[in-house]
Amino acid sequence: MARIGVFICHCGTNIAGVVDVDEVVKAAGKFPGVAYATEYKYLCSEPGQQTIKAAIEEHNLDRIVIGSCSPRMHEVTFRKMLMSTKINPYMLEVANIREQCSWVHTDKEKATEKAIDLTRMAVAKVCKSKPLFPDSIGVTKRALVIGGGIAGIQAALDIADAGYAVDIVEKEASIGGHMVMLDKTFPTLDCSACISTPKMVEAGAHPNVTLRAYCEVESVKGYVGNFEVDIRQKAKYVDHDTCTGCGACEVKCPIKVSSAFNQGMCDRTVMYKPFPQAVPSKPVIDALNCRKISGDGKCGVCAAVCPLKAVNFEDKGEIITEKYGAIIVATGYELIKWQDIYPEYGGGRFEDVITGIQFERLVNASGPTEGHIRRPSDGAEPKDIAIIKCVGSRDINKGKAYCSRACCMYSAKHAHQILEKIPDGSVHIFYMDVRTPGKGYEEFYDRTREDGANYIRGRVSKIFKEGNKLICKGEDTLLGKPVSVEADMVILETAMVPATDISKLTGILSIGSDTDGWVQEAHPKLRPVETQTAGIFLAGTCQGPKDIPDTVAQGSAAAVKVCSLFSKVQMETSPIISAVDREKCSGCEMCIPCCPYKAITVIEIDMHEHGKKVKMNVSDVNSGLCQGCGACAGACRSGAIDLKGYTNDQILMEVDALCL
Amino acid sequence: MSVNIKEGWEPKILAFCCNWCTYTGADLAGLNRMKYPENVRVARVPCSSRVNPQFVIRAFQKGCDGVLVCGCHPGDCHYVTGNYFTRRRFMLMKKLLEYNGIDPNRFQARWISGSEAAKFRDTVTRVSEQIKELGPNVKFREGRWS
Ligand SMILES: Cc1cc2nc3c(=O)[nH]c(=O)nc-3n(C[C@H](O)[C@H](O)[C@H](O)COP(=O)(O)OP(=O)(O)OC[C@H]3O[C@@H](n4cnc5c(N)ncnc54)[C@H](O)[C@@H]3O)c2cc1C
Repeated sequence: MARIGVFICHCGTNIAGVVDVDEVVKAAGKFPGVAYATEYKYLCSEPGQQTIKAAIEEHNLDRIVIGSCSPRMHEVTFRKMLMSTKINPYMLEVANIREQCSWVHTDKEKATEKAIDLTRMAVAKVCKSKPLFPDSIGVTKRALVIGGGIAGIQAALDIADAGYAVDIVEKEASIGGHMVMLDKTFPTLDCSACISTPKMVEAGAHPNVTLRAYCEVESVKGYVGNFEVDIRQKAKYVDHDTCTGCGACEVKCPIKVSSAFNQGMCDRTVMYKPFPQAVPSKPVIDALNCRKISGDGKCGVCAAVCPLKAVNFEDKGEIITEKYGAIIVATGYELIKWQDIYPEYGGGRFEDVITGIQFERLVNASGPTEGHIRRPSDGAEPKDIAIIKCVGSRDINKGKAYCSRACCMYSAKHAHQILEKIPDGSVHIFYMDVRTPGKGYEEFYDRTREDGANYIRGRVSKIFKEGNKLICKGEDTLLGKPVSVEADMVILETAMVPATDISKLTGILSIGSDTDGWVQEAHPKLRPVETQTAGIFLAGTCQGPKDIPDTVAQGSAAAVKVCSLFSKVQMETSPIISAVDREKCSGCEMCIPCCPYKAITVIEIDMHEHGKKVKMNVSDVNSGLCQGCGACAGACRSGAIDLKGYTNDQILMEVDALCL
Repeated sequence: MSVNIKEGWEPKILAFCCNWCTYTGADLAGLNRMKYPENVRVARVPCSSRVNPQFVIRAFQKGCDGVLVCGCHPGDCHYVTGNYFTRRRFMLMKKLLEYNGIDPNRFQARWISGSEAAKFRDTVTRVSEQIKELGPNVKFREGRWS
């Protein structure tokens, strides 16, 4: 007879606030096989674990059940704890009475009843558990970074400097992300390109870094230490191995379209590098707008002028398959499409209502106006400028509930830049609150006010045009009076939102995202750069809005996680894999086509039947290839193949226990 | 067949959830403090394809009122193809149940990803309502004549 110990965690009030823990313990004490049942405030804590260890000794337990948070959270913790006891780490079941009980229910009686049921199911299952022993496998020491913004670049450089190979997959034609678009960075006002382009160049030239620009991740197979990734290299129409980046083709390309890098405020050619300092410094053809490829086919000037014949209109792109040991997601952010949700700000009809990122290009010396602040409509220098913060942020009615975190600081930066470049101008900043947590941030904000920026507390309810002026109407909530500001130009500091297609990527990677679409970290405080999937990490604004210092810190943090994984010669594998009972196997081979890893083969073995030696065909599982999905076990007619840790017996016991 | 539903009767619903998608989605629903009915109990399996049709039959035999099998979206299976097997197996399963006189709506298969906490909540809520409407399962139940 099993001697089971049941331990129910309060998790402070997280569980105990809804579930009557004492009732659960009382009920568990009566389940068959239970030798001991108790509760504790925090079982995952050191004293909590000591309590369990002591109980194992005192009550001579041979398996345990823990009623606590999700097994995805602490199953590993408790297994580790069991390693220093006489109990095998797999003689453990976790009943999820927090994420799937106390956090999702409010009726205490019903929640307690459910917690008892979940515990009963776990107890029944653990009755049939058997000790399991892990194997070990190698780790592919090559990392994949998805997204080449400053987060991805930082992570890649740190991994590369530690001596490991790393690939950056960037969907645009150059790495750099948003940081290279910025003019200066708060609070020190150092030139953004001057600090980010050297890093881009370093990444491009580092012997351990492979840049895969203009690429996207198609599919991901495998698991921690052994991922196999299909990467789609989009058609560039230029052979980058031959191209020297001389630029002759770009200069001669006759077709111009709006430049995304310059936020639509000037044009670029169709044969293009997104910006002059692009890395890799070689152009691609924007096929959609190319006359030769998508038009009437008459052009081809680029191919004619290329001295190296690097242009190839037949390029179809390709799929590259690579093996990686770890993946970092660093896909960054985008800005909310404000035009659709703020018709009261003109919805895009007024040329002189621009966004913060457009302003960054406008003040930048290599931007469309070479750094002179000129308004888009008539090219005149605006004198009175209004800045509106929280456009889309902190607006549950029209935008997002969250704060975009960087805008308070960069709007102060914008005000400072305007007052510096237009000394006789004026800046009015409409704000809800001013949030400046960060080193040197409050001081920067103070300085901007001393520069003369006029802060008005309140949201703008309407912008309309009167002659040459844009009238911003709102309320000064400190004075309790309506205000109206006549501006020559208005800057909207818009909310950060996750990259488009992020849900496609989180799907491919099997990682979670929150209700707003930001990538979900494994734990908001203690595992901020890990995802729930082992071997996949995150860095930067793909996890939520943040500024550059925080983004870079996360990039380095994710790199350390990857390096610590790569520092292992061998990694332990899960013993939760399939096994065949040769006595039962009839050799029907139904399991073989079910296995996605081709881990099952048929072998011939010698068996003894009625005292005679006979040859039999039976299935055999390769323990290195098996990933433990159990599809074979679901198909086996004789119940010969079974999944360790989730055996037919274990699950049937669980089912029975629920239906009791 | 008329069934006397006792007052305050709550169905027992068993949900097999794959570890990588739906179970994660269910955990996320918890993290986001979403609310859904208490009558669904989750059994964690590595993949929806692990669910042997025998488990489902056993659940109905033992008096379960509804069974839900949930996995990753077709094409997104953590184990590449597992949920395709699930889909094929359980299309047949529904037919078998129907043949045996069990309302096939008592058994449902759904695809819920790790990020779809709201879909988990909505699915569980809907299935729970549907099973409630169907009333207690007495068809297969062992000892139903006693
Ligand atoms: C107007 C404005 C001004 C700002 N000013 C400052 C400032 O002064 N100081 C400061 O500290 N911060 C500032 N910020 C914030 C700063 O921009 C961010 O903190 C920082 O750029 C985030 O870097 P990232 O690498 O996380 O994301 P990003 O810069 O967005 O990089 C993400 C990269 O991933 C790529 N990508 C996306 N999806 C995929 C995919 N599926 N596959 C492959 N690649 C993909 C993108 O193309 C991009 O290159 C400002 C922000 C704005 C909007």
